[in-house]
Amino acid sequence: MSKVLIVDDMASMRKMVSFTLESVGHEVTQASDGDEALGIANNNTFDLVVTDVNMPNMDGLTLVKKLRGLANFKFTPILLLTTEAGTEKKMAGKAAGATGWLVKPFNPDKLLATTKRVLG
Amino acid sequence: MSVDLDQFKGIFFEESFENLDAMETGLLALSEGETDLETVNTIFRGAHSIKGGGAAFGFDVVSSFTHVMEELLDKMRNGEMEADFASVNILLESVDVLRELLKAFQDGLEPDDQRALALKLKLEEIRDGASGVSEIATDSQIEVEAGDTRDEEIIGWTIHFLPYENLLQTGNDPSLMLRELACLGEMSLQVHTQRIPPLAEMDPEKCYLSWDIELKAPVERDAITEIFEWVEDDCDLDIQPVVQPVERRKMERRDEERRTGEGAGLERRKEDRRAVGKDAAPAPSATIRVSTERIDEIIDMVGELVITQSMLSQLGEDLDLAKLEKLREGLEQLERNSRELQEGVMSIRMQPISFAFNRFPRMVHDVSQKLSKQIRLETSGEDTEMDKTVMEKINDPLVHLVRNSIDHGLETPNERLEAGKEEEGIVRLNAYHQGSFVIIEVSDDGSGLDRERIFTKAVERGLVKESDELSDDQVFRLLLEAGFSTAEQVSDLSGRGVGLDVVRKNIEGLGGSIDIRSELGVGTTFAIRLPLTLAVLDGQLFKVGNDTFILPLSSIVESLQMDQKCISGVASDIELYRLRDEYIPIIDLSKTFSINENPKNMENALLVVVELGERHVGLLIDELLGQQQVVIKSLETNYQRVTGISGATILGDGTVSLILDVAGLIEMSHLDQNNGGKQQKMTNNNLVLQEQ
Repeated sequence: MSKVLIVDDMASMRKMVSFTLESVGHEVTQASDGDEALGIANNNTFDLVVTDVNMPNMDGLTLVKKLRGLANFKFTPILLLTTEAGTEKKMAGKAAGATGWLVKPFNPDKLLATTKRVLG
Repeated sequence: MSVDLDQFKGIFFEESFENLDAMETGLLALSEGETDLETVNTIFRGAHSIKGGGAAFGFDVVSSFTHVMEELLDKMRNGEMEADFASVNILLESVDVLRELLKAFQDGLEPDDQRALALKLKLEEIRDGASGVSEIATDSQIEVEAGDTRDEEIIGWTIHFLPYENLLQTGNDPSLMLRELACLGEMSLQVHTQRIPPLAEMDPEKCYLSWDIELKAPVERDAITEIFEWVEDDCDLDIQPVVQPVERRKMERRDEERRTGEGAGLERRKEDRRAVGKDAAPAPSATIRVSTERIDEIIDMVGELVITQSMLSQLGEDLDLAKLEKLREGLEQLERNSRELQEGVMSIRMQPISFAFNRFPRMVHDVSQKLSKQIRLETSGEDTEMDKTVMEKINDPLVHLVRNSIDHGLETPNERLEAGKEEEGIVRLNAYHQGSFVIIEVSDDGSGLDRERIFTKAVERGLVKESDELSDDQVFRLLLEAGFSTAEQVSDLSGRGVGLDVVRKNIEGLGGSIDIRSELGVGTTFAIRLPLTLAVLDGQLFKVGNDTFILPLSSIVESLQMDQKCISGVASDIELYRLRDEYIPIIDLSKTFSINENPKNMENALLVVVELGERHVGLLIDELLGQQQVVIKSLETNYQRVTGISGATILGDGTVSLILDVAGLIEMSHLDQNNGGKQQKMTNNNLVLQEQ
């Protein structure tokens, strides 16, 4: 069982991701934007962070940069949820320090396979 | 494993409709010259979220449509394009189309995507017009199977993997990748350690190892590149197939098999989808958002209830008369607990009226364009809370009233200038609480109601007689009568056959009423008065024969013992009671409900005077009982609709009691129809008085 932080401004997306991860026994914490996530991250450690890119208050890329600046999150896998398959967005994600990305549409099986890759 | 995501559809729809509302608000702000980047960002995010969710649930029309919107908005966001009038209007239309599409999916229907396709083309035109060149579709990818020759069969792969030192910094872990590779088939590997520096120079956060891997697995190249997908640029990676020649014919046959197999599968999937489309999926149940604070409060109350309960059961174990006082205290506490809990639970359904108000900026925007009137919408009291079910039902009446204000209330800019007013007319929405009622006002600063014109019209329509003398108030109320319309021309907006009488009926159906105030040249206000909730009502219990009935306390004006002198008959079957200077018709409930068909002796009988709007009616009953709060159970769901009865409830002794609906009772008693020409239409009671 791992601790996962999921960040997305759409409650439905958050719920789907949480539900999927919880169904295999992970413990999931939800945040609705980068600001909230960062607040939670300051006092907690996680084994994985999954974050949306486009969000109000603080977007996903900024969140990744800030998380990498925290000692607790230096090597924590951080996955971006993107709708874009384009390389430009992926590179921007990598540059910010993201581990990898999950291209939407959201697919539960793919999510589980991918999280397995970073959680072991 | 497969995870069923359908349970999240409901929340997706709800969220998407909220997003659409936010997008609409943003677009309207843009159309009024707002240039804040955050506004464009909000609109962009709305489209983006709907696209993501739409794709997850397989609503392809929605996701492909929002994709184009998103691209267009992205250009606006990056300043490559201006949010001009035309494009904002197209985007507003897009919001409507999306709303329709999502509504169809929500109802489990196959949406009509014609309008969406047409609009998508327009959006693409605007998008491409902005950049000057048409974009090449980005999602068509050409894949080249390098080193994959036709006549050879792949039996494995050799992989050279040399991570750069900084690979760990992104949270990637080579050991996990190797482990995943090993899942594909038999693997052997060689580790190269020559890059490891002397201990003193070693940085524990860097990666110095590299690997040569042999994988004995006939997998596709993609299965391997996928594992290294995230680190492509952070390592040297060389993937080579290990091949073995095969007979050509065998290859071909296998290819053939694969193709037909796939084809059949595709066909089947299509059929599946069609079948699903046909037997429409049940609409997801409606959801409601509740703040956790409210839930916490309720949980606290339940806690107190449990304490009271355990105290009472302890008392009950060995109860003697000495403890009677304690028992009474406990019961009082129980009553308080359950009342608080009831209020708490009811509050879950309470929502701020801004949910209903929010749709009006858009409507006013559209209508003002259509009519070339300049209109400013002002809202106040948006935080006023009311029951969600009531709010849903007043949406249409409110739209009607606002349209009415714009269409008939407000003058054209020229007329306004002549009258010494500002060109821009004001429509105001206001809401506030008054006791257990919510008052919603729709007002305008237009020309006000023209008493003479309304009166003339009413005479023409045969609603009143030329000789009738009516107060201003009574004249204004004529607007709410069936078959009345003051508009000289039937416009596109209001006056489409449905008049204000429908609004009045709907509101009265909710146990509410409507009032009109107006001053010539200054403006008009329609005030709707509605009960806070439809789930519980304060009821007056009474008996007719052996049956107990309930009337909403709010509809009762007074109860009295009749004086024979004041009773007089008009038509064959209608009797009137003179109450001060007003004559009110009497409805004998025992006749209406066929409890006792014999005419009752009216002398000293009990009459409950109820009001509906401004009309008064007397209900003849046998015995008045107490007042209490009752929980309304729907008759429609449990039995069927019955005229004159709005619902039922279960009394403390377990018997079922019917709740009367005053509007329905009047309908049943035929007081609304002309009785042989003698009985005037009872627009108001004074008319009847004059008939005497």
